[in-house]
Amino acid sequence: MKTLKTMALATAVSTLAMAAAAETKIGMITTLSGGGAGLGVDVRDGFMLAIDQAGRDNVEVVIEDDQRKPESAVQIADRMIQSEKVDIMTGIIWSNLAMAVVPSATAQGVFYLSPNAGPSALAGKRCHENYFNVAWQNDNLHEAAGAYANDAELKNSYILAPNYPAGKDALTGYKRMYEGDLAGETYTKLGQTDYAAEIAQIRASGADSVYFFLPGGMGISFLKQYADSGVDLPVVGPAFSFDQGILQAVGGAALGIKNTSQWNKDLDTPANTAFVAAFEQKYDRLPSLYASQGYDTANLILSALDTADVSDKDAFRAALKAAKFDSVRGAFKFGNNHHPIQNIYVREVIQEGDVFTNKIIATGLENHADAYAADCKM
Amino acid sequence: MSLILILEQILNGLQFGVMLFLMAAGLTLVFGVMGLINLAHGALYMVGAFAAAIVAAWTGSFVLALAASLVAAAAAGALVELLVIRKLYDRDHLDQVLATFALILVFSEGTRWIFGSFPLFLDVPSYLSGPVTLPGGIQYPLYRLTIIAIGLVVATGLFWLIARTRIGIQIRAGESDREMIAALGVDISVLYTLVFALGAALAGLAGALVGAIQSVQVGMGEPVLILAFVVIVIGGIGSIKGAMVGALLVGLTDTLGGVFLPRLFGLFMEPASATSVGASLASMLIYILMAVILLVRPSGLYGGQS
Repeated sequence: MKTLKTMALATAVSTLAMAAAAETKIGMITTLSGGGAGLGVDVRDGFMLAIDQAGRDNVEVVIEDDQRKPESAVQIADRMIQSEKVDIMTGIIWSNLAMAVVPSATAQGVFYLSPNAGPSALAGKRCHENYFNVAWQNDNLHEAAGAYANDAELKNSYILAPNYPAGKDALTGYKRMYEGDLAGETYTKLGQTDYAAEIAQIRASGADSVYFFLPGGMGISFLKQYADSGVDLPVVGPAFSFDQGILQAVGGAALGIKNTSQWNKDLDTPANTAFVAAFEQKYDRLPSLYASQGYDTANLILSALDTADVSDKDAFRAALKAAKFDSVRGAFKFGNNHHPIQNIYVREVIQEGDVFTNKIIATGLENHADAYAADCKM
Repeated sequence: MSLILILEQILNGLQFGVMLFLMAAGLTLVFGVMGLINLAHGALYMVGAFAAAIVAAWTGSFVLALAASLVAAAAAGALVELLVIRKLYDRDHLDQVLATFALILVFSEGTRWIFGSFPLFLDVPSYLSGPVTLPGGIQYPLYRLTIIAIGLVVATGLFWLIARTRIGIQIRAGESDREMIAALGVDISVLYTLVFALGAALAGLAGALVGAIQSVQVGMGEPVLILAFVVIVIGGIGSIKGAMVGALLVGLTDTLGGVFLPRLFGLFMEPASATSVGASLASMLIYILMAVILLVRPSGLYGGQS
């Protein structure tokens, strides 16, 4: 079914592209099945919305499902690079998969544009001229949450995240900005769904607040169980557990929680208003953070293709670096390590009619760059 | 570290174990009685959870939602047995693994096709939500206590069914010698369909119970399935008692290990690396447990001689 869909999509796009002389082939590896599917689906839908809107007949997109497994991501990447000869790759959601795919792809001369994962290892010493991150460096949203915790006068946080690269980046990022004490620090299993043990530890720890990074279904489970446990400490998190795709499943348990994000649907720029309307019209649901990142990634590629051909690598790289596209998050530019310098906002979960969603209540960090940029010699 | 915290973690381990038992019971019955490796058991868990979420959304009743999970999973199980599994009994285990793996893909994509990629909403009913205070001052969520109670009732019922009833005798007889019991006039294919539907219903119930505190989403059964296999390997394949003991062992080991190993490493390492090393070792703990048990008893705690 999946393969069929992908093939149908690829054929549709490639028939369109047949007549064109100069053709750009984009390979997207993302998570379309299993526990993290919602994230990959949103990145794909946002990305394809921008591609469709551009109406270019010389861009072909090949989409494959990695099932959140590093080994299948590596296999697909090898096939895309060696036999399908893609020029640009994108799509990976999870940092452990990105670490498995990106260094070898960029070393083989392919451009990689990350629409989500931003592991610290690729932002500092191991940065690469062909690697661009259009979302954030992993630590960024957590740094903003740490800064918010200081503003909210939280003094004793219990912090937890899954035991994988992005989880470690998350807690490092929070601790970088947060000035209070830690009541406890826990790494959970990736994909864990039962948090009874962690919640009992939070209860016993004497914390005055909880900071957690648990993307996708993990966050839903945690929040529901937390709400049911009777522990009544304020919770702060990054946008990943309060995103449009999962807020309906979390329900009332999330109302009022503050979370940090570089994007929200109420950001008042013409590009964002148009994006939200077009996404709702095409897919019949509100866009998520991930959709906005997919959309921006595609628009960045399209803007670079307007000024340079992908076969002229230096010119194309310069065009990407210039980032002359209308980002839905407003101001956006790349730092020296090809990671974004951007505002990160504090949002609050609210209810609009039947729908749970977010509204921006403050700017957490302005024109924020990541902490690893100085280590990148580029 | 207080005694209350330890007791609360033991309750958490028990609750996890009971839930694993519901999952492993069906798996071990099907494997023991029919000799069939069913990788699609996790898909039936998902069917139960989705059915419960839909019925809860329609009717607002949690009891009806649980009933729906039993019926839907049993029906899906019976259907799968009639259409697919029936043709696999005489094949070797590799064919069974391939066919039931295909069923996982069919169920996952089918569910995604109908309900989409986003998780569904299933909530703990208001009369079961919130914590209760147990003797000794332990605050514990009422819903998790309910899961423990339901699990123990189901386990008792299952023991009674297998040990005391006519159909239980037939099931146990089918386990040892399927030709002989068929020759004695028992309709073995009906019996197999029943056992399969029973196992499916238990998995569906587990899915619905757990779905209310976790997320109801495509692929939710797969991680639990792996643990359920660990449980039946530890307990001994085909043994309900083994599944119970194995499930509680795995539940307690996983929960207590995850909590106390990082603290143990914290005694002689700096906090950040202690939590990291402790968490990594804790996630290996049940597999280490399985390896040790298999070293001592190669066919599991309550396994047969084979």
